[in-house]
Amino acid sequence: MSSIAIENEANYLKYKGRYKGLLGWILSTDHKRIGLLYLYSMAVMFLIGAGLGLAMRFELLAPGKTVMDAQAYNATFTVHGVIMIFMVVIPGLPAVFGNFFLPLMIGAKDVAFPRLNLLSWWFFIIGIFLVLSALLFGSGTPDTGWTFYAPYSFRTGTNLLPAIFGAFVLGFSSILTGLNFLVTIHRMRCPGMKWTKMPLFVWTLYGTAWIQLLATPVVGITLVLVALERLFSVGIFDPALGGDPILYQHLFWIYSHPAVYVMILPALGVISEIIPTFSQKHIFGYKAIIASTMAIAFVGYLVWGHHMFTAGMSGTAQYYFSLLTFLVAVPSAIKVFNWISTMYKGSINLQTPFLWAVSFIFVFMIGGLSGLVLGALAANIHVHDTAFVVAHFHYIVFGGTGFAFLGAIHYWFPKIYGRMYDKSWANIGWAVFFIGFLTLYTPMFYLGLMGQPRRYYDYLAEFHGGNILATIGSWILATGIIIIFANLIRSASRGEKAVMDPWHSKTLEWTVPSPPPVENFDEIPVLEESDGPYNYK
Amino acid sequence: MEQVKQIVHEHYDPEASKIGMWLFIFTELLLFGILFVIYAVYRYMNHSAFELAAEELDAFVGAVNTIILLISSMTIAMSTSALQKKNVKFALLLIGITLVLGIVFLINKYFEWGGKFDHGIFPGSAYLVENFSQGEILFFGLYFIMTGLHALHIIIGLILISVTMWRIYAGKVHADRPVLLENTGLYWHLVDLIWIFLFPLFYLII
Repeated sequence: MSSIAIENEANYLKYKGRYKGLLGWILSTDHKRIGLLYLYSMAVMFLIGAGLGLAMRFELLAPGKTVMDAQAYNATFTVHGVIMIFMVVIPGLPAVFGNFFLPLMIGAKDVAFPRLNLLSWWFFIIGIFLVLSALLFGSGTPDTGWTFYAPYSFRTGTNLLPAIFGAFVLGFSSILTGLNFLVTIHRMRCPGMKWTKMPLFVWTLYGTAWIQLLATPVVGITLVLVALERLFSVGIFDPALGGDPILYQHLFWIYSHPAVYVMILPALGVISEIIPTFSQKHIFGYKAIIASTMAIAFVGYLVWGHHMFTAGMSGTAQYYFSLLTFLVAVPSAIKVFNWISTMYKGSINLQTPFLWAVSFIFVFMIGGLSGLVLGALAANIHVHDTAFVVAHFHYIVFGGTGFAFLGAIHYWFPKIYGRMYDKSWANIGWAVFFIGFLTLYTPMFYLGLMGQPRRYYDYLAEFHGGNILATIGSWILATGIIIIFANLIRSASRGEKAVMDPWHSKTLEWTVPSPPPVENFDEIPVLEESDGPYNYK
Repeated sequence: MEQVKQIVHEHYDPEASKIGMWLFIFTELLLFGILFVIYAVYRYMNHSAFELAAEELDAFVGAVNTIILLISSMTIAMSTSALQKKNVKFALLLIGITLVLGIVFLINKYFEWGGKFDHGIFPGSAYLVENFSQGEILFFGLYFIMTGLHALHIIIGLILISVTMWRIYAGKVHADRPVLLENTGLYWHLVDLIWIFLFPLFYLII
């Protein structure tokens, strides 16, 4: 494999198709351009969501009203949640890196339905604008929390309808992306790429796509029912008309718990790519990782009730949900074991993506184990709806998915832009981010155990210390985000030219020039019996 | 290079399109599946009220609509066979019959719903809240949501059928490339199938 930078006139960034300028991007059916469209739109939404998070932390700097009143705080955490969940972490890894790298990793020229793929992005943008319109127009910003619990979601006077409809459209975008990936993986693998030769990121995208396809319609229809309840009082969730609000919670979590696995599964896939590459060693237990991926995707369907232990449910149901929740921990632990074993006796290259991967394992384990505390029936009663839940959730979703996302962008950046970022600034950014993350969320575990509830703009004086620490952590974290963004944005246009395979990886995306040509492969690659995604010598 | 690109953009894989359609049908089934679950839960909780409310619906109109949809499913399946046998005119006639039957179904539905509205039976009406029990209100709520969502699917199906007709007429869909007609047929069968379940649940079980 040559390690010389190849100048390719027809690379996808410079390619001029039927449309020019901005139209050449927003009307492009090229999976790589669509991946970047998602990346840019998501980065903007992430910064807005992070800004709202900073505002919430600032409010909690001291007890009582600091900068906003209770209603403003309710609106802030609602919008923070809706943006981060529905627009950043759920679509995050599949839409950005799945779109960009799925065809490259399986040796295909594009996804199965390129125009449907572009339509998904347009749905995504329409969904964003619908949600944002709920903030800017009408009678007040939604204040229900991102879960839209009944009956408050149809009693609140705030402008909830556009937000609900926006979440529905975003769900549709997610379904279409999942459908597209499933067909692509089934039909477009290059000759010789058997199921057991697929890179693990592709496997996790496969599991994720099934969840997107099978769980999202449930929340879609549930949100439609809430909207109908608001518009016509049909009574399905309204206790005054005979409906059952607990039923809403069941339906909501039947989707929204598997959605957590939509967020985390591709993250596990990214880590399974980064670790063998920077250990220069075949991944330990390839088939066990695949089996655990599919097991998480399957068992993840059956645990939604653990969000509702205090909401009213039979004791028998509680036992089953608690048991199944504990079972999900097993395949996750198998993965961690396999990653560590891959590193063992490997030739480790301590680059930025690897730093993100190992710190991912650290926070993922803390997040996962605190999940068991929440999944245990007795402990759950004590920490339910406290800051402990917030800490657990952010350790998994920001610590897990967020760290994997940043690892992925530092891993694939040279392939996407054909340029390398400044490695020392990237490492500084990682260190500041990591320290900020731990300082921000670790105190919340203690605050939650002591009894500070979530979603309150005020707290008792005894919680002051932990909250000051967390708020300082949010500032450190923001500094880290600024360093990382600045470094990547500058390097995308001014970094050194990157070679074709800077990390000496074996997966197919590194066999094409950086940045990849418009049609990816001049000739569709053919895998021999001895080839494989992790066959390091 | 340009030549190669042209070929790639005309990449045609009917198998992929069919898998895609089946997966989409899977999501549609889950969408309605949840409504059937809600129906089951509330029927279990309000057994006698559901029976009482079902008597308000006219089983005869429901039966007529069921027969209309079954025939329309048959004609669209026959249209696929006709196209495969290169009998384009007959295929167009059959799919046209499907379109007309779909519209007749909607007209029936319009009068059925209109009758209910005239009697003050619709979600949020004061008459409903004053004169009916909670179980009956839930029954009518579910009736309007489920048949309404189904009617929306009929409308989407009719648009799809119109597009397919136009593509057949323009010669874009033909015996060697029938996948659009086949997928439209699959979608129409799904709409039919859901009605087959809605009909007994709302009209027949008394």
